[in-house]
Amino acid sequence: MLHTQKNKIRLKGLLLAACLATPMFSAAQTDKMLDQLDSGMAPTTDYTTATFKSTRVVNAQSVENLSEGVLDVRIDHRFGPVNEGPYTFFGLDEANTRFQFDYGIKDWLQVGIGRSASPKSYGGNIKLKFLRQSTGKVNMPISLVYNLFTNVDALQYIGPRNNDFNYRLAYVHQIVVGRKFSENFSLELIPTMIHTNLVALSTDKNDQFAMGVAMRQKISKRVSINLEYFYLYPTLSVTDVFTNSLSLGMDIETGGHVFQIFLTNCLAMNENDVITDRNENWLKGGIHLGFNISRVFTTYKPVHKAI
Amino acid sequence: MKVYKKLMAAAAAVFLGCVLFAFTPAGKVYLTHTGHIWFFAGTAMEDVNANNYQVAANLNSTTGEMAYSVLVKGFEFRRALMQEHFNENYMESDKYPKSTFKGKISDIGNVNFDKNGTYNVNVSGELNLHGVSKTVSAPGTITVSADSVHAKSTFKIALKDYNITIPSVVKDKISETVQIHVDVAYSKK
Repeated sequence: MLHTQKNKIRLKGLLLAACLATPMFSAAQTDKMLDQLDSGMAPTTDYTTATFKSTRVVNAQSVENLSEGVLDVRIDHRFGPVNEGPYTFFGLDEANTRFQFDYGIKDWLQVGIGRSASPKSYGGNIKLKFLRQSTGKVNMPISLVYNLFTNVDALQYIGPRNNDFNYRLAYVHQIVVGRKFSENFSLELIPTMIHTNLVALSTDKNDQFAMGVAMRQKISKRVSINLEYFYLYPTLSVTDVFTNSLSLGMDIETGGHVFQIFLTNCLAMNENDVITDRNENWLKGGIHLGFNISRVFTTYKPVHKAI
Repeated sequence: MKVYKKLMAAAAAVFLGCVLFAFTPAGKVYLTHTGHIWFFAGTAMEDVNANNYQVAANLNSTTGEMAYSVLVKGFEFRRALMQEHFNENYMESDKYPKSTFKGKISDIGNVNFDKNGTYNVNVSGELNLHGVSKTVSAPGTITVSADSVHAKSTFKIALKDYNITIPSVVKDKISETVQIHVDVAYSKK
């Protein structure tokens, strides 16, 4: 008898447990279906986006390329230096302008042309993206871009001389290595080599080397603070008057526009002059207010790649 | 002793039933990894829409339970910049890489998976988007054909329910309510 009673108790326990467990199992059923889905999903590569908000930080190239089929029309301004005082309204009476048209032929290939008012010049560049930062199936800690900029000096030659077109050319080779460290912070290094076909003095070097560093810190969803600096290895014969380029800016994003406003010590906007020109001194008020307006247009939508 | 035996038998039956119900998903589970979800969030001012062709989804033909899993970065926009904004500013897809739905077709019994035809159904469940879970329900159709089970539905969600805010500068370009279209063809194999 005792044995049967024990069994009965065991039985009741089992029944109770089964009844309790049943609704729990069915509630977990849909979760299980979701889990099954997730476990069955093929691993994907998650490419990092928006390391920088624009293809340029201020003057420097960022690791960003335009996507395929995107045209970026840029209108860049640099006002005069603040230390000119009230006569030029602290530089705001004067403005240097550059028009720049960039186009994404492929996601990894971008070309551009531009025109600067001062120094009068045309320029073309080609920007190739070799590495894209990603996680997941392909794990890549950095993005890497190669940029080649060719500048054509358009100033009139003064006096009788041999006007070879080659004399007008300068080349800027840059490797931009960047990483988005967090949602808010990105950093890039820009080792640069500049070749100028015709230099001012016989003691000046045709080849010069520089190292650029640029960073971005987001302060809100649509606003970031940017900083960029180029250190030119002192190869010029006139290093005593040379000042490296330093710019502090802000990116403000409004729909299809990115508005970049900044303070910089260089008036020029073509890279060879930005890096090698005798820029003004921040500490002596040689600061230019500047802005870049970037408006992108999608010329066509690349065809959906079937999987 | 007789009572005990009967009880034992009944208990065993109930227990077995419970176990069977809980562990063996009765009926067939249909699956796809190439479902299509698209949405329209535009206004007369701006055409904001995107497609995702890599939707993972499954459906249990007996219980009506279904689940969807979508990689947010898989949504393709016509404009690359719009896509970047979608991921960075609105969906924060680095923080919330996936959107999921788990729910149930309440009237799955009306669908005959062995007979070709289109059946009207009602789905309700939990949509998880931008880290927020909300209950949604929507009507839909299931079309059974020789080699596939095709589920379709359209429903609307309010962005503010999912803590997605639209800045005032683009208020006239992005709609507060988003229309979501689901078009998923499960393979019958």
